[in-house]
Amino acid sequence: MTIKPPVSADPSAMNKNRIIALVALLLIVCALPFMVSNYRTFQLTLVLVYAIALLGLNILTGYNGQISLGHGAFYAIGAYVAAILMDRFGVPYYLTVPVAGVVCLAAGFLFGLPALRLEGLYLALATFALGVSMPQVLKEKHLEHWTGGVQGIVIIKPDPPFGLPINQDQWLYYFTLAVLLVMFLLGWNLLRGRVGRSLVAIRDQPIAAEAMGVNSALYKSLAFGVSAMYTGVAGALGAIAVQFVAPDSFNIFLSITFLVGIVIGGLASIPGAIYGAIFIQFVPNIADQISKAAPWAIYGVFLIGFMYVMPTGVAGAVRIAWARIKRKTGGAGPT
Amino acid sequence: MLQTPARGGNRLLAVEGVSVHFGGIVALDSVSFDIAPGQIAGLIGPNGAGKTTLFNCLSRLYRYQGGTIAFDGRPLLDIPRHGIAAAGIGRTFQNLALFRTMTVLDNVMLGRHCRTSTGFLSNALRLPRVAREERATADKVRELIAFLKLEAVAGKRVSELPFGTQKRVELARALASEPRLLLLDEPASGLNHEEVDALGKLIRNIRDRLGVTVLLVEHHMSLVMDVSDKVVALNFGRKIAEGTPAQVQQHPEVVEAYLGASA
Repeated sequence: MTIKPPVSADPSAMNKNRIIALVALLLIVCALPFMVSNYRTFQLTLVLVYAIALLGLNILTGYNGQISLGHGAFYAIGAYVAAILMDRFGVPYYLTVPVAGVVCLAAGFLFGLPALRLEGLYLALATFALGVSMPQVLKEKHLEHWTGGVQGIVIIKPDPPFGLPINQDQWLYYFTLAVLLVMFLLGWNLLRGRVGRSLVAIRDQPIAAEAMGVNSALYKSLAFGVSAMYTGVAGALGAIAVQFVAPDSFNIFLSITFLVGIVIGGLASIPGAIYGAIFIQFVPNIADQISKAAPWAIYGVFLIGFMYVMPTGVAGAVRIAWARIKRKTGGAGPT
Repeated sequence: MLQTPARGGNRLLAVEGVSVHFGGIVALDSVSFDIAPGQIAGLIGPNGAGKTTLFNCLSRLYRYQGGTIAFDGRPLLDIPRHGIAAAGIGRTFQNLALFRTMTVLDNVMLGRHCRTSTGFLSNALRLPRVAREERATADKVRELIAFLKLEAVAGKRVSELPFGTQKRVELARALASEPRLLLLDEPASGLNHEEVDALGKLIRNIRDRLGVTVLLVEHHMSLVMDVSDKVVALNFGRKIAEGTPAQVQQHPEVVEAYLGASA
């Protein structure tokens, strides 16, 4: 007879099985750079970068219900902060990441304040305006001294520290992975307690949330700030990985791609950010391999196919599949 | 149950000459009444009489153009909308305003938002006090869930539950904020006969066992007359009667408002 573990007093604590599964997954993720080519490792690094950006957008749009069609702008700000700090001030690459995060936290919070007056599609339009104008702002003549104008800024790829016997691509992968783990842990903590409940409450029923004492204006602005901070950190990491920033790589299409990522991955889901990142990184490549003539048509087919098969995103489908497996095994897995 | 003496004297809630108009339409016309601590007060009137408008003034959802409302001697206008719960006024909504995607447990835990204080940074870092606060919140909430007999559905999403159960969840959520005044907006609507009977007992229990003062808007006359210590009747935004249930029931203007409308 097995001894039943005592019911945890903390309803959001993880159970043992999930921790084991996560550790196993982490080991595989750590082994990946030794199993694939350098180019693939670089692509996987971008998956990690996008996952951080998508978690940020998901906090805002998925959990808090504020639609953003302009998160590419925060990604761009993060990328440029990192690039300028390295290029002009010789700041080490790893320090640029937290600075980019703080700058975007402030930018997001400030943008979130006027956005309080806008809801739904109107907010979408305001953020669209931000996203669509960003490349031109970056090309601005007066900023050229910092941003390098249309040319952008080239960044030198960092070497692995402490004489680690790995190459630069592998090191960047692990560096990005470490940042991702920290960001996801912070995000999980934020979303599983009092703040996360309040964010969802504002999305579900704003009037009741206020009547229960949630300071909706403050929470929405802070959600904007935190969301932008995640995306900014991702932008900095992306700039370091790609070793180059230029205005036109942060066009409105990037913002829309992020939105695609969180919907396909799963709204209001933390693992959904990773699924979404895999989609936005690899599906365009796959589409390109299928048809050189019309890759975006193929991409569109994938998009519609995913939505049709998994209406609640990949995360939702995974959840349903898990529940089914559990039921089939007679609920053997302790929950 | 004994209560600490209220600052507002014998008036926990004092509504004085409150007027609300939307454009040219007068929704409330100089309405005055008050509620003593520990009372159950009923607010009645035909549709469009201004009952929900008054409730929304008490929650600061609507601005009132004239008059004053004081809760425990403190002007309501001094309190921001999100501060009403912490000040001690809890409420339920006419057509349910639950957080549909959240579980029963989370809905009721959100009700304790105003009694907890950890913020973004401490939550993200999951400081020890956050874990402690969450545990204390969950414990309090479990008591309420037991009080309202919701144990069996505590882990379910509220949108999966029948209407009557959802109404109990809303009540639990309102009670979670430890209100001194509980506003119930048509708690009996949509309930069947037995559920209404149980509701009457529950409202009295909330007053007797938890010491909460109750103001309820209700169309279900036998329920209002049964549980209320005092009744206020509104019609076309004006107060037409106030008194014990028996007095109000016999008041000619009340009789006319209810019967005259159909004649």
